[in-house]
Amino acid sequence: MSIFSADIGHRELTFADRVRGINWGLIFLLCVISSIGFAMLYSAANGSWQPWASKQMARFAFAFIPMLAAALIDIRYWFRISYWLYALALVLIVAVDLRGVIGMGAQRWIDLGVIQLQPSELMKIAVVVALAHYFHCLPTENNVRLIELIAPAALVAVPAVLVLKQPDLGTAMMLLITGAIVFFLAGVRLWVFAAGAVAAAAAAPLAWSMMRDYQRARLTTFLSPDTDPLGAGYHIMQSKIALGSGGLFGKGFMLGTQTHLSFLPERQTDFIFTMIAEEFGLVGGLTLLALYALVIAYGFTIALRSRNQFGRILGLGLATNFFLYVFINTAMVVGLIPVVGVPLPLISYGGSAMVTVMLGFGLLINVSIHRDVRINRLGESQVL
Amino acid sequence: MPRDTQQQKFLTRRAALLAGGQVLLTGALAARLYQLQVFEKDRYRLMAEENRINLRFLVPPRGRIFDRFGVELANNRQNYRVVIVPEETADITTALNAIGRLIDISDADRHRVLRDAKRKHAFVPVVVRANLSWQEMARIEVAIPELPGVAIEQGLLRNYPYGPNAAHVLGYVAAVSEKELNGDPLLELPDFRIGKAGVEKAQDLKLRGTAGTSQVEVNAYGRAVREIARNDGQPGQDVVLGLDAAMQEYVTKRCSNEQSVACVLLDALTGDILALVSSPSYDPMLFSAGLTQATWQDLSTDPRNPLSNKVIAGLYPPGSTFKPVVALAALEGGAITPDTTISCPGYVELGDATFHCWQHGGHGTLRLHDAIKRSCDVFFYETARRAGIDRLAAMARRFGFGQQLGLDITGERGGLIPDRDWKLTTTGAAWQQGETLNTGIGQGSVLATPLQIATMAARLATGRQIVPHLVRKERLPPGGDRRPPSFAPLGVTPHFVSLVLDGMNAVVNEQGGTAYAARITEPAFSMGGKSGTSQVRRITQYERDHGLRPESEIPWKERDHALFVAFAPVGSPRYVCATVVEHGGIEGGGGSAVAAPIVRDVLLEAQKRDPARRVPQPDSVAQAAPPALPESGGRAPGG
Repeated sequence: MSIFSADIGHRELTFADRVRGINWGLIFLLCVISSIGFAMLYSAANGSWQPWASKQMARFAFAFIPMLAAALIDIRYWFRISYWLYALALVLIVAVDLRGVIGMGAQRWIDLGVIQLQPSELMKIAVVVALAHYFHCLPTENNVRLIELIAPAALVAVPAVLVLKQPDLGTAMMLLITGAIVFFLAGVRLWVFAAGAVAAAAAAPLAWSMMRDYQRARLTTFLSPDTDPLGAGYHIMQSKIALGSGGLFGKGFMLGTQTHLSFLPERQTDFIFTMIAEEFGLVGGLTLLALYALVIAYGFTIALRSRNQFGRILGLGLATNFFLYVFINTAMVVGLIPVVGVPLPLISYGGSAMVTVMLGFGLLINVSIHRDVRINRLGESQVL
Repeated sequence: MPRDTQQQKFLTRRAALLAGGQVLLTGALAARLYQLQVFEKDRYRLMAEENRINLRFLVPPRGRIFDRFGVELANNRQNYRVVIVPEETADITTALNAIGRLIDISDADRHRVLRDAKRKHAFVPVVVRANLSWQEMARIEVAIPELPGVAIEQGLLRNYPYGPNAAHVLGYVAAVSEKELNGDPLLELPDFRIGKAGVEKAQDLKLRGTAGTSQVEVNAYGRAVREIARNDGQPGQDVVLGLDAAMQEYVTKRCSNEQSVACVLLDALTGDILALVSSPSYDPMLFSAGLTQATWQDLSTDPRNPLSNKVIAGLYPPGSTFKPVVALAALEGGAITPDTTISCPGYVELGDATFHCWQHGGHGTLRLHDAIKRSCDVFFYETARRAGIDRLAAMARRFGFGQQLGLDITGERGGLIPDRDWKLTTTGAAWQQGETLNTGIGQGSVLATPLQIATMAARLATGRQIVPHLVRKERLPPGGDRRPPSFAPLGVTPHFVSLVLDGMNAVVNEQGGTAYAARITEPAFSMGGKSGTSQVRRITQYERDHGLRPESEIPWKERDHALFVAFAPVGSPRYVCATVVEHGGIEGGGGSAVAAPIVRDVLLEAQKRDPARRVPQPDSVAQAAPPALPESGGRAPGG
């Protein structure tokens, strides 16, 4: 059995079958959103393809390779290597701690020459794959026992703690929330979540003690942004000014005064949504959110149409992961949650997130292609 | 596959819950966007404007100062300065060296530039040197293409075309001092200069104009990106003076032969000050560019007092120039008549004191006319004694002594006319008659400014309470003022005034008059005047016994002041000139020997130029609209 073959009960899927199974509608949506990103990066550089837009376009094109590869490789192969994938991501995270390049004051990158890889980004995918595998194999039906939660909890907690120590609050948050949501989907009882929330509240002082000064500053700033308008509160205040002044229809493409006059920091990365909302107003912001919602809805549909638990959990986990990117980023720039470093997927300038997100969509398409494949606990096709 | 179906159902239920949660969160996000971008839009829009719009004030061009014919006495000159924009240079030191090869840069400037460049934003231009000469500017301008980050900036610098010649009239401008700040943002601009003296100070509010504003879009670092709106403000209004620049220049030159002179020329009818010279003077440009400590030291310690306007602030005993006032006080009060004769033996005794006449042997018996002509001290001791201090003081005040004249620039001093009250309040002692005698020859405690002496002559010549002034409403119309300002009559019997004027005519134009040597020989221009010599120190009995030292042996500071005041032409006086040559007394001569020739030359020049009536010459009205020449008229009949 080659990795490009799959038994769908009656016959194996051929390579051509898989290519036909690709969700071109989804890819079209991704292209639309990315194009908005290119336009905004063009605007952020004051009407120039340099230095951001052209490079981002090249990355997007490059990211199609891992995406299509991920989509076309047999799902059972992914199932079998899922723990190895997770282990690789974990090793890379440890590696950056040992030998990392300093970027933005935090060691998060591995320089592969072509792109700088952020292992913690990769982990967002790997942890979903690993959890999907784990819950696929769980013998119990809808009643996960507590003892069965120890291993998956460790799968989530170990990278989350490592990432938090890097320190990358945003990614750690996303890992924890993604993990919790996968638990929820896999059938963990609701009282467990309640207990978890209580435990988290109890652990909050511990987390506080583990945070770096700038992370604490961000939290206190979030709670009262006006106390320090020129210090840590500056970012969020300027973001709100830019957003608010955009109004209903915005100031027009390339006419956003706050972003173009550098009042808005990081306008090409984490705060790019602010720029969109300043230049295109509420209408533009909501339109973009609607596009994202369509993508997520696509993901939910694909996941729920899968006939194997691995695919379902993987699909929902990936869609949720994507949702978290969008929500955390936008909620951050509108001042609903503290400033944490989460990019706006497909739009923010940056290679790691682009590759990771596209890899995730590759897997989602994979789930769609292999929706009728049944997988046993060993990753072999199940005979009906 | 019941297990799978059950699992899928369960998962779908939970997925629906998850989707619901996501929809809720997205809804919250949308609501937040709506709140920021619709409800609070105005607030954030205002904050955005405040963020990016920076209001900058612009210094309005200062008003010019013209003389009576429209000649510019003060204007604004383009001032070129070379600046470095640090961020545009590869290296500031290299750029500085490159500039240093073209123009001189002092080590101090070099240090300042490097220090400023480090302290300020890299896009803020740092001035390397201001006040570039035309050649220096041209040398840099040519090399600009090879000097990245180097630029020439223009500014306006106050300029005085007549330099030191009119410095005491015009004053100067300089940076605003802390105590002059009054909340007007204009005063806080680094380039703004405020009038510190003279007309520049007195007319400052009119000259300065109102600040313009420039709305500049700035980015987060304060760099100006573009100008959004501009309001140039109101340029300062021009000021016209009664001064005649040519006369001012002439008088300055004429006075420069002496060490320290105060000279003022008046239009006796209008009170216009045609020339006002306090020599030596200073260069007012020194102040607008910023004075060095050494220059300031030199100016302020010079015994000749270049910074002081001696015409309005110099206090001198008027000496014999005061005698016309004494004569009128006595005549008006009936203390003497025109025919009263008094004998002068060379001195007069009063109690234990002896009061000397300047003429050692005495003048013999003389009447008022000759007493003025020959400036007999004894005659005026006796006249003053008969009139009494009360009449003297009252008449002196009527002629403008003892109080400020109300000149339209600051710094004027009032001088002193002593009387009983003054004596009582300052010393607590009663008035002594001997003081009346001293007052009678303009000595003792009497102090007057040269301007007061000139004003006295103008009031004598016109019989009206002429008040001198510098500022005019407008330039002199061709042919002179049609409606000259009218001053109240002096209220002194005209007959007595003309007697005194006759005496003053005799001083100059009759043989034996004290200033006969300085007479104007052209009859149409002849002047009448009065000399004076005022003692700076007391003549001791020892000196009287052993003969006076020649003035040339006395230190300059202790020599007498030489004074002369005159009007011309004698028949219908129009011009009045008063001159004080500080410590200019020469043996036997005093005012008539040193000051009278200056007055003579000034009055002669004034009458020839006739700035009170003269139709302006084309060259002196380059700024004015060309006068319309009527086609008919103005042509001599039969010509």
